[in-house]
Amino acid sequence: MAGLTVRNVGKRYGALSIIQGLNLDIHDGEFLVLVGPSGCGKSTLLRMIAGLEDISEGTISIGGKVVNDLPASKRELSMVFQSYALYPHMSVRKNLAFGLQNFKVSSAEVERRVAEAARILQIEQLMDRKPRQLSGGQKQRVAIGRAIVREPQLFLFDEPLSNLDAELRVQMRAELASLYARLGTTMIYVTHDQVEAMTMASRIVVLRGGKIEQLGTPQELYTRPQNLFVAGFIGSPKINMLQARTTRGSDGSVVSVAGMPDFAIPDLPTDDQALTLCVRPSSLRVGNGEVKGDGTIRLVEYLGSETLLHIALSSGQVLLVSDNGRTPYRMGDPVTIGFDLPDLHYFDSTGQRIEPIQKESQAQ
Amino acid sequence: MKRFFARNAPAYVFLLPWLIGFFLLALGPILASLYLSFTRYDMVSAPRWIGWGNYEYMFTRDRRFWKALEVTFTYVALAVPARLIMALGVAMLLDKGLRTIGLYRAIFYLPSLLGASIAIAILWRQLFAADGVVNQVLAMVGIQGASWITDPDTSLYTLVVLAMWQFGSPMLIFLAGLRGIPRDLYEAAEIDGTPRWRQFTRITLPLLAPVIFFNLVLQTIDSFKTFSSAFIISNGTGAPADSLLFYTVYLFNEAFKFFRMGYASALAWFLLVIIATFTAIAFFTSKYWVHYENERD
Repeated sequence: MAGLTVRNVGKRYGALSIIQGLNLDIHDGEFLVLVGPSGCGKSTLLRMIAGLEDISEGTISIGGKVVNDLPASKRELSMVFQSYALYPHMSVRKNLAFGLQNFKVSSAEVERRVAEAARILQIEQLMDRKPRQLSGGQKQRVAIGRAIVREPQLFLFDEPLSNLDAELRVQMRAELASLYARLGTTMIYVTHDQVEAMTMASRIVVLRGGKIEQLGTPQELYTRPQNLFVAGFIGSPKINMLQARTTRGSDGSVVSVAGMPDFAIPDLPTDDQALTLCVRPSSLRVGNGEVKGDGTIRLVEYLGSETLLHIALSSGQVLLVSDNGRTPYRMGDPVTIGFDLPDLHYFDSTGQRIEPIQKESQAQ
Repeated sequence: MKRFFARNAPAYVFLLPWLIGFFLLALGPILASLYLSFTRYDMVSAPRWIGWGNYEYMFTRDRRFWKALEVTFTYVALAVPARLIMALGVAMLLDKGLRTIGLYRAIFYLPSLLGASIAIAILWRQLFAADGVVNQVLAMVGIQGASWITDPDTSLYTLVVLAMWQFGSPMLIFLAGLRGIPRDLYEAAEIDGTPRWRQFTRITLPLLAPVIFFNLVLQTIDSFKTFSSAFIISNGTGAPADSLLFYTVYLFNEAFKFFRMGYASALAWFLLVIIATFTAIAFFTSKYWVHYENERD
C-alpha cells in the first residue's frame, strides 16, 4: 500500500494544455475518485500516474518516491481499463497469469495467486474460457482479477463500469466496494458518473478543464459545494439554480427572485448584488416552507420510490421537486412550492460559494 | 419462370457485361484449356485427343518440367517469407504514428505498383549486372561482386530480393491489421512489465494471425504465378542454365514459342492443382494457429 503525491503537475500536447498546476495528496489506503465531464483531464491524470503518459511538468510520487522517470512496470501498480484490455486469444487463466510471468514469480506462486483471485472474484468456473465467451460483467471481473494477482500497492481504474448495462453496473459497484474493504489498498478511480463517485469514494476530486474544482468527501461535496460547477455536477436529480438580486437591509438582505415574492436572507459577506441561489430538489416541497412561491406542474415523472415534479414559476423558470412516490399531483395542477432558508446554497457572480454570516460571529 | 424473368430482367441487363466477360473470357477459355490439356494442338491443325498423354509426358519424361518446379518452389519458399517479414517490419515502423504517414505509405507502396512492370525488371537487370550499380557500390568497399544475374548460383536470389522490395501491398494490409489491435492491450502489457519482444510474440503475432494468414495465402498464390520479372531478366529463356526457369516461363515458352498448346494447357492445369493444394493446406492448418476474435466455439 502507498499514498500518492501530485505536485504542480501539468500536461501539454503541443500548444494544448490538458492539466495545469495540479496538486493532490492521496492518502495510504484511500479510495479516491476522479470525476468530471469529458475532456476534464481525469483519464490523462490517471494515465500519468500509471506511467502511460509523460508528465510535462511537476512531480508525481508514489510511497514518497518520485516516479516521473520510472517505467509503468516499476511503479508497482495495476490498472483496470474501460475496455477490459483482455488478451482475446488467451484463456482467463492465461490472462490472469500473463503479467506475473514477467516478474520473477515462481510458477507455484503464480498458480496460488491466480487461484486466490479467481476465488475472490468467483470466476473459478470460467478459467478455461476465452474472453469472447464471457459476458461483460465476467470480463470486468477477469480484468479486476488481473489487477489483483499483481498484489500492487496502488490500483488504478479507468471508467471500468462504463461498458456495462445499468443493472450490472450497480452490482459491480457493490462488488468493487467490498473488494476495497477487503484489500484496503489505495485505489484511484476515474469516472464521469457522479453516482459511482458518490457511492464508492472515500474522497472525490471534481475536475474541470484540467483543474481541481473541489476535493472532499461525498458528503462535503453534496452539502457544501464550493462552486456552481460542483453544485450542478454532484447530486441527482440536478440541483435547482435561481438567479437572484439582493438589496442589503438593516437586518440581513432582501432577495428578489423572478416569479417568487421577495424574502429576507441572513447577511452574506459580499457586496455582490447578483447571486445564484441553489436548492436541491429534495429540499423543495409542495405546499409549505419558510419561503413560498406559486407555480404550475409541467411534468410528472414517476420513479417508483419518488416522483419528480417539474414546476414552472410564473417567470417561466422550471424547478425540479422530488416528491414521494404517492404524490397526488397531476400535470397542469397549480401548486405552491416552498423551501427552508438553511437548505439554500449561495454563490456569487463568479460562481464561488458564499457562507451566510452566522449570528454568533456577528455578535463577536 | 416467365414472372422470374419479368421481375429480374433489369438486373440481368445490368449484369450482362459481366456475364459476357465471365462466360466468354474466363469460363470459356478455362474449359477449353481443360479440354486442350488432353490433346495435341499446335494452333494450325485441329486438336487431336491423346488422353492422359500430356500428363504422362510431364511427370515421366520432361526433365525441364521438374527443373521448373524446383526453381519455382525454391523461389516461393524464399520470396514469400522474405516479403512478408519485410512487409511486417515496415508496417510496424509506420504504425508508430509518423505525421506524414500518408506520404510514406504512398512511397512504400510505389515499388509494388512498379515492381510488376517490365521497366523495373529491366532496371533490376541493370542493377545486378556484372558492371551494375550493386557491384559498383561493392567495389567501393573493396568487394569484388559476382555477376549476379548471369551466375546460375545467384540469379534466383536477385529475384527474391526484387520480391522483397515489392512489399507494399502486404505491408498495407499488415498496417491495417496492426491498427486494429487495441492500444489498451499494449498498455496493459506495459504496466505488467512485458518486454517488447514478448509483446510482439505474445500479443502482436497472435492477434495479427488472420492478417498473416490472408497475406500468406495471397502471396503464395502470387509467387507461384511470378512471370514478367523472371521472363525479362532471363531474356525469356529461363537462362542462365535454367536457373530462372520459372514454371510460368516454361509454360509460356511451350505455348507461344513452340506452340505446344495442349501440353501448355496441361502444365497450366497442374499449376492450378499445386496452388489449390497449398491454399488448402494453409486453410487446414489455420485452425491451429489463426485466432479470430468473433469466431464461435
